[in-house]
Amino acid sequence: MSVEDLNPREREGVIHPEVRAPNDESERSQDGVRLQHAEAASKPIRAPQIREPQPRGAKIRGDRPINQAEAAERFLAAPLHQAAHDERLWDLRKKRDASAHGIPEWEELRELASQIKTHTLSHLDHYLEQFEAAAKANGVHVHWAKDGADHNRIVLEILKSHGAKTLVKSKSMLTEECGFRHHMDANGIEVIETDLGERIQQLDNEEPSHVVAPAVHKTRMDVAEVFAKTLGTDPDNDDAHYLAESQRETTRPYILKADAGMTGCNFAIAETGSVVTCTNEGNADLSGNVPPLQIHSIGIEKIIPKVEHLGVFIRLLSRSALGSPITQYTSHFRAPRRGIEMHMVLVDNGRSERLGMEEFWTSLKCIRCGACMNTCPVYRRSGGLSYGATYSGPIGLIIDPTFNKRKYSTLPFSSTMNGSCTNVCPVKINIHEQIFAWRKVLVEEHQIPALKQGMMKAAGAVLSRPAAYRAAIGAADSALKVLPRFAVYNPLNTWGKKREMPEAPRQSFHAWYKQNRMKGTPQ
Amino acid sequence: MSARDAILAEIRRNRPAGDFPLPEVPLFAPLIGDDLVVEFGERLKRMGGRVAHPEASDIFAAVRERLDGAKVVASAVPELTGNRDLRAVRYPQEVEDVDVAVVRAVFGIAETGSVLFTQDQLIVNAVAYLAQHLVVLLDPADILPNVQAAYRRPEFGRSAYAVLHTGPSATADIEGVLIHGAQGVRSLTVVMQPKTA
Amino acid sequence: MRVGLFVPCYVDAFEPEVGIATLELLERLGCTVEYPFDQTCCGQPMTNTGCHAEAAATEALFVKNFSGFDYVVAPSGSCVHQVREHLTAIPQTDEVRHVRSSTYELVEFLHDVLKVEALPWASFPHKVAYHTNCNALRGIHHARPSELVKPYYSKPLDLLRLVDGVELVDLARPDECCGFGGTFSVFEPAVSAKMGYDKVADQNRAGAEYVVSADSSCLMHQKGCAERLGLPLKYIHISQVLNGATA
Repeated sequence: MSVEDLNPREREGVIHPEVRAPNDESERSQDGVRLQHAEAASKPIRAPQIREPQPRGAKIRGDRPINQAEAAERFLAAPLHQAAHDERLWDLRKKRDASAHGIPEWEELRELASQIKTHTLSHLDHYLEQFEAAAKANGVHVHWAKDGADHNRIVLEILKSHGAKTLVKSKSMLTEECGFRHHMDANGIEVIETDLGERIQQLDNEEPSHVVAPAVHKTRMDVAEVFAKTLGTDPDNDDAHYLAESQRETTRPYILKADAGMTGCNFAIAETGSVVTCTNEGNADLSGNVPPLQIHSIGIEKIIPKVEHLGVFIRLLSRSALGSPITQYTSHFRAPRRGIEMHMVLVDNGRSERLGMEEFWTSLKCIRCGACMNTCPVYRRSGGLSYGATYSGPIGLIIDPTFNKRKYSTLPFSSTMNGSCTNVCPVKINIHEQIFAWRKVLVEEHQIPALKQGMMKAAGAVLSRPAAYRAAIGAADSALKVLPRFAVYNPLNTWGKKREMPEAPRQSFHAWYKQNRMKGTPQ
Repeated sequence: MSARDAILAEIRRNRPAGDFPLPEVPLFAPLIGDDLVVEFGERLKRMGGRVAHPEASDIFAAVRERLDGAKVVASAVPELTGNRDLRAVRYPQEVEDVDVAVVRAVFGIAETGSVLFTQDQLIVNAVAYLAQHLVVLLDPADILPNVQAAYRRPEFGRSAYAVLHTGPSATADIEGVLIHGAQGVRSLTVVMQPKTA
Repeated sequence: MRVGLFVPCYVDAFEPEVGIATLELLERLGCTVEYPFDQTCCGQPMTNTGCHAEAAATEALFVKNFSGFDYVVAPSGSCVHQVREHLTAIPQTDEVRHVRSSTYELVEFLHDVLKVEALPWASFPHKVAYHTNCNALRGIHHARPSELVKPYYSKPLDLLRLVDGVELVDLARPDECCGFGGTFSVFEPAVSAKMGYDKVADQNRAGAEYVVSADSSCLMHQKGCAERLGLPLKYIHISQVLNGATA
């Protein structure tokens, strides 16, 4: 047998054949080649055209712990949605691999990105002051917000002082964190999301389920239903081109009449005071360049020292997120257009506190690419909304508890800790190790169910006493008796509901060893 | 204490222990062939952009049909006279009816097929997004090998607005179906045309 | 070379053949193998649930059982990962550190320490899907995971290459987690089982007769899933294949 025979290859194809669409509607290049840039799928993936109600996210009950497993189970009960979601995100992961493997210095770039970020975070005060000074020198109004409420109050004041009533914005996870839209709604400011996915979610009154692809959990039929109800489109037309065009046509009037425009921030450059956004739609540029008032919301961890460092991050960001070499638009906003005001709001919202958490501060390196979500086998089968938090998937598991330990106490357990997230992270956050570390913290702070901890205590008590352990296994060494209590550590048989139980062997290894290798040895 | 001072104080109190030096960023070898024009064009096409070469009789031969069919053409280049004077525009909203905008790029990037504009090339920034189609003139001599080389250029530090366009506005937010013209231009065509002295 | 054999609790209880194959294989390759009779568990179930204090006594027992060996070998990536990376609930004495650093998973022990170059007794003429369990893959570096841009290598496949007749089939997602995840499999059973179903369906579609892995717990989970779906797949631990099992 040749060596090649045993080198594993990846079989072409999908694991859910039902989502292979019979026809391909993606754009073609000038040469007629099928295109797959931006967040496009590398092959047609489409949920079968059978109406299946969209599964909704986790139930939120104040600060009570999110039941991610319950929401995930409902997502799995919608197999058409689940299969399309899984294949679509796995496809992004595969595109990411192809893109990364095309760059010999990939791992070196990740290491550089990580080092630039850890350096900046450990000198964050210095770089924030440098950024502020540069921005002010550029004629920008700089604000500081301690938390989400502070951010919302500051933006509202800016809008009110200009008599602004309508605001168009591009996607920003930070403003999701701040509950920005709801606050503006309550204060009579009309906010329009201009990213297609984000707009779909806004119209459906649902949070984004993914940091890069906010509506990735929805099928085209779901979108058609939402648009028919809210934009008056034809409910029977679920053609993706028709739906996207309808959104373009209905959003543009808002862009033209908006009193203010807002963007988030992918990178903030300390030396120049610039805000950098990366989008595929160009909607950050519309939000920043059309309305007569310009606002950028910036998480303080977004700072990087110099323009040249963008050379590292821009090469990593879109390739990690989507497998595309760069986003369609990489925009650098440094100073106001003539005659208008430009505001930048630097938002803390728990970041400075997280900086002091020895095991968790490096989660601040995150550049929100979503690669960890795309690769996460649990996320792909649960949907982002099952996490009931602004940040879902692996990065969410380690960030969310910093916002609310009780509410998000369950999330670090929604992982198999397989480690793939850590390997795809472009800034080398040790995500799965932080998930592990969070579990310990949550136990120490009594944030896990007493039943669970009780089971572990019982297991620990027996496993540390050989005689008790052997007795628990059973006098006849019948292994099956072990299963509920030891192998699966659960008084309820959740194993057997969906899987066959292992057969009890004739005897345990222990008994075999005693019988075959210890003849004559006194026990 | 102001929010600013409170945040900075908290950051100082929570500074991570350890030494985290800022690394030197090397200029990696460009992962492209020697012919930057060809490499640029191939990559731009993969990003949904179009590439055109001027003909002796007509720089804009490849987009002539589009230009002729347009009601409103806004040109920011001396090579073409449009019918909307960008320098006379007072509010960005005025360019919303532009069918085709024509601008010159500062430079291109072969690694990605990107072109850079600043407010100086665009005259009205919004025209690069509100127009239905964008035609870009790029001097083949102005193509840089890779993204890192681009970020050593001075434009990012001194322009009020600098933007890399890589193909047209795109989305695939609905089931991964790629659609051009999500919010911005529906097409972007780069014409390889040297600058006039 | 004195080797202490650690047989993880679920191998002991459900897959004794894996313990036997590991013991026999090590002995065939010239090791003096001892099985400390008072062994129970490495502490992983408690530690992975965040219950480190609850794991301390079990960890102390593990160290007591396994100090004094040149090497400790176990046929389980996740248990070895636990010992090496996470056995930290007890004071880190020299004895503890020695046990932790000398604990090896079977495949890496054969590959890196014994440097096995031939297994003349081994023949497994079957179509095989290899399952790379996550702790072995990303925790103790059995192979280059698909995410990393590094030269490819695989210690388990290097060893399977020494077995006559193995025919490897290609999976669509070779190193995707199968969903076992220790206590995850019981605390989040719906997602765990769905991941398992997807995994075994991939193996089945690839035409595998057997699934071979270095981790019995993943195999136990996958076997349970395949049986529930009625798929004709058979599951066997790599120690058995390397020790000459033919089916």
